[in-house]
Amino acid sequence: MAAMEKLMGWIDDRFPLTATYKAHLSEYYAPKNFNFWYFFGSLALLVLVLQIVTGIFLTMNYKPDSELAFASVEYIMRDVDWGWLIRYMHSTGASMFFVVVYLHMFRGLMYGSYRKPRELIWIFGVLIYLALMAEAFLGYLLPWGQMSFWGAQVIVNLFAAVPFIGDDLSIWIRGDYVISDATLNRFFAFHVIALPLVLLALVAVHLVALHEVGSNNPDGVEIKKNKDPKTGIPLDGIPFHPYYTVKDIVGVIVFLMVFSAIVFFGPEMGGYFLEANNFIPADPLKTPPHIAPLWYFTPFYAILRAVPPMFGSQFPGVVAMGLSIVLLFFLPWLDRGKVKSIRYRGPIYKAFLAAFIVSFVGLGYLGLLPSTPVATIFAQVFSVIYFLFFLLMPWYTSIDKTKPEPERVTG
Amino acid sequence: MKRLKKFLLLLAAVPVIAFASEAEVHLDKAPVNLSDQDSLQRGARMFINYCLNCHSAASMRYSRLQDIGLTEEQIKDNLLFTAEKPGELMKVGMTRADAKLWFGATPPDLSVIARSRGADWLYTYLRGFYRDPSRPTGWNNTVFDKVGMPHVMWSLQGEMQPVYKKDGEHEVVERLELVKPGSVTLAEYDAMVGDLVNYLVWMGEPGQVQRKQIGLIVLAFLAVFFVFAYYLKKEFWKDVH
Repeated sequence: MAAMEKLMGWIDDRFPLTATYKAHLSEYYAPKNFNFWYFFGSLALLVLVLQIVTGIFLTMNYKPDSELAFASVEYIMRDVDWGWLIRYMHSTGASMFFVVVYLHMFRGLMYGSYRKPRELIWIFGVLIYLALMAEAFLGYLLPWGQMSFWGAQVIVNLFAAVPFIGDDLSIWIRGDYVISDATLNRFFAFHVIALPLVLLALVAVHLVALHEVGSNNPDGVEIKKNKDPKTGIPLDGIPFHPYYTVKDIVGVIVFLMVFSAIVFFGPEMGGYFLEANNFIPADPLKTPPHIAPLWYFTPFYAILRAVPPMFGSQFPGVVAMGLSIVLLFFLPWLDRGKVKSIRYRGPIYKAFLAAFIVSFVGLGYLGLLPSTPVATIFAQVFSVIYFLFFLLMPWYTSIDKTKPEPERVTG
Repeated sequence: MKRLKKFLLLLAAVPVIAFASEAEVHLDKAPVNLSDQDSLQRGARMFINYCLNCHSAASMRYSRLQDIGLTEEQIKDNLLFTAEKPGELMKVGMTRADAKLWFGATPPDLSVIARSRGADWLYTYLRGFYRDPSRPTGWNNTVFDKVGMPHVMWSLQGEMQPVYKKDGEHEVVERLELVKPGSVTLAEYDAMVGDLVNYLVWMGEPGQVQRKQIGLIVLAFLAVFFVFAYYLKKEFWKDVH
């Protein structure tokens, strides 16, 4: 033991190992009343690690070449030892990343986790979400199936809708006049190195900011307001390690059971995680009758389609889609409520949040379907509700009848 | 609040109701059973005899047929027509340019065809050829109109002729009628196509049976792990109030 202590002392003189361990684990005090919704942060971290590790192994056998890419994926599925497992973990992980992140963001909305002093945590989080969308979009081109190709074609063409510079911009992104080998190569580079670096850096600052101010909790009250006068430790705080590490292990196992059930018994998830059309090699001459993005993009795709073209340009739809995400950044300042948590909010906020969730899910559903007049009307109604949730927020949160917040966290 | 919730639920359900009624071609249910090795072997033989002349399955190795109970000797002696060794991929000699010239389109590779088309589509398609003198091949298909592929298995099934019915202004094929019997009965032909489709489903992912077996072990392991993790958490949290 003495030797171990000596070694730690030697390291600590040169690197803040013990201090870091204490600051982020054994003496990071988290509120003791985390509930179900607080599992998804650590789960997102787990999925990130899974994606990176499986991604590394996929890269060893994948060929970023338009002639070879599709066959190389099948080679991984058939001839690489455990290749099918690595590939399915990666494809399932992509979708599950969004499941976990959407639930994590919903938690933030419910308990006001974006409110002062956590504005930067929220902003870093939205940036992570943006980087994740880019990462997923770039990665989806790599299997080089029909949906990879035409999905990328549709999305890159959105940039072509930008006035004046659109055409040049989209050619610059593709590196060609259509999605091609050049596009595949650069998407591969962005997918395996550029965006993972950005993601990791953003996750790091997200966590640093979180540990600086401390976690919010389902009551939305600050545990740092009530500290033990002798020790200075929040009365409602418990050390993250061991309490939340052992609790998160339980969450991890339950998550892995769901994850494994998909990977081993239904990796296509009925076409939502792996689309049937993506088992047809990319063919630039054959446009599929119905092109839908993967499920995690469909709410925004539905907003895009809900906006009618103006002056013969799709640009307004593109702007609306962009705005629907940009608005998230302003959330901390749009919310004027006296309380953070949904537990003490009034009925108006609850109704708006419920309508927002229904709209978001409704848009997601509509985005999967081919565009029809009826579907477009629904998408327009849902889009309006989506935007009103943000734009009217300063008004409805300030007039809402809130309940008094407790002094300390409850159960 | 309760009324609001009801309203929101209803609102969420509307799209489902509004788009539930979309017309689609009726597909027959394919008799897929991946644990039936005899069926898979018959299907493999059908595939190699009838499909693998024009269609490749370039991701599939002959040797993988050992997974459905064939020995390397059996593969070598009975199934290698264009390949030399069982380790080779199922490729065809026909060039893409020739194929385009002869059929108007390159016959697609069939390695993962069951994953893109689905078993039921394949089962219906392979039983849906009928005589159509207006087509260059003399054949048309109920689920794939103006298909470039001729009825390769016509000598088995025989010749079918369509019975039309009026659907508004258009005439549509209601059903097919056997006009010239083939070498087997229609029921036998259905069973043969069933074997073939069964094989195609298996070939779409040869590891899928093993995948599910491993999945059970993984889930069982996680279930046991869960019990330990749950009580570990409970023990640690005893003193938190």
